[in-house]
Amino acid sequence: MFVAPNWHMKGFLLLMLALMLPLNAYAMDAPDSVTIDVIAQYYEPAEFDHAMHTEVAEDCSTCHHHATGTGTTDPYCLRCHSDYEELDEVSCQGCHSEDTFSAEAINRQSQQDLFHSDMIGLKGAYHQSCLGCHQEMDGPVGCEDCHAKNDEGEKLFYSGDYAPEPTENAGSGH
Amino acid sequence: MSKVSRRKFLAGSLAGGAAVMVAPAQKALAAGNFSGFPDGMGVLVDMTRCVGCRSCEAACNKEQNLPAPEQSFDDYSVFDQTFHHGTQKRRPTEGAYTVVNRYETEGSDKPTYRKIQCMHCNEPSCLTSCFVKAYTKTNEGAVIYDEHVCVGCRTCMVACPHHIPAYSYSRVIDPVVKKCIFCYETRVSKGKPPACVDICPAQVMTFGKRKDLLRIAHARIKRNPEKYQDEVFGEHTVGGSAWMYLSGAPFEELGFDTDLPTEPVISNVKGFLGMVPMVLAIWPALFTGMHLLATKNKDHGHEDSHAEEGEE
Ligand code: SF4
Ligand code: SF4
Ligand code: SF4
Repeated sequence: MFVAPNWHMKGFLLLMLALMLPLNAYAMDAPDSVTIDVIAQYYEPAEFDHAMHTEVAEDCSTCHHHATGTGTTDPYCLRCHSDYEELDEVSCQGCHSEDTFSAEAINRQSQQDLFHSDMIGLKGAYHQSCLGCHQEMDGPVGCEDCHAKNDEGEKLFYSGDYAPEPTENAGSGH
Repeated sequence: MSKVSRRKFLAGSLAGGAAVMVAPAQKALAAGNFSGFPDGMGVLVDMTRCVGCRSCEAACNKEQNLPAPEQSFDDYSVFDQTFHHGTQKRRPTEGAYTVVNRYETEGSDKPTYRKIQCMHCNEPSCLTSCFVKAYTKTNEGAVIYDEHVCVGCRTCMVACPHHIPAYSYSRVIDPVVKKCIFCYETRVSKGKPPACVDICPAQVMTFGKRKDLLRIAHARIKRNPEKYQDEVFGEHTVGGSAWMYLSGAPFEELGFDTDLPTEPVISNVKGFLGMVPMVLAIWPALFTGMHLLATKNKDHGHEDSHAEEGEE
């Protein structure tokens, strides 16, 4: 997804993959900002400042593993990915599926000869990758620090306009 | 019958959940000793990933049409609630089939969160103890129950080694069992992950075939031995369960009962179902005794929903 500039990414991504990657144009075209809307059902889309993160991250592999061709420092990954080659898929959802437990993904879990059979989904990948680092670097870690709930979200959580009336005995002994 | 259905379910899940299988209740366990259907589904809960956001509780509430909670699902003060003079954290209730609790563990500055719900045991004590056969273990691994059959005797509540079933005391005349049903009707029977699994931002829970999840669980431990306890809770405990846990902190520090046997509570189901008349007479008493011995000051769901004494 990091190949998509700041407008609706899904359709554009396909175009991008079709046009740009064969020309190996990723490196020149890293986007400044990416809109992440994978949980748009309950939250406003998050605006990811890619340009800022390229400055604070040590190198691309901090987030992109070995995909950008800048190498990886993880000795475990290095066993296979030591060749510093840029992959055809650089975007997050190139590997991490938005439909985490699709029939295809569940089928992949059964393929014992497949190394990455335990592949985390897109939403999980974002939160694992982002939150881990944000906790260490004192970045924002609250849910709504990155994406505010929309009306559906407040309904689901019984919060905001839908918060329950405080009851007399809530949280007190009896 | 069961073989065909299982294959159908598999075909359905491979075809993107196209084949909807809503099988009539089957007394699947009546055939004898049993360690889970070969293609039974399960959930691996990796507690090292949980951030305690309570989204899973909110999603369960919506999916199962449960009553409005007393506090918002983004109110994290619930983690401070304790019951029975501080010995007990929150437990699932008739109004909340799953709850998340926070634990401070030794040697870690970060808290650990544990989501609790029914384990969907391979050989469920709730099922084997129920003399009116209200429970069913489905081919997909879910342990479900028929409210219309339940007579409200509470035997399953006493029999469950994980203290899961709760009772709808709000129905004064005719109380029935209430517990997590693995989102069976609405999701798992159609090859879709449960609501709580689906919403989790950190993918704490992995949905898949139980046998694949076991392999995945042991692979995670092997790759990161310093991160994980070398144990998959639910692999063997009381005969194993569809839901299993991985942990960074010792399980006993997170309220897991690590003294539970690996044998199911009632290990030989065959013959059991034929003894219904005798069971009717002695079983509740037997289990009540066992329960008192085994749990001492532990307790069950419904009392928790009233006895809040954590925040004075
Ligand atoms: S955890 Fe308890 S209620 Fe759930 S299947 Fe096992 S015995 Fe039954
Ligand atoms: S599986 Fe379904 S019923 Fe069980 S806790 Fe999750 S959402 Fe609730
Ligand atoms: S939704 Fe996931 S991360 Fe949030 S509390 Fe539940 S299990 Fe933990």
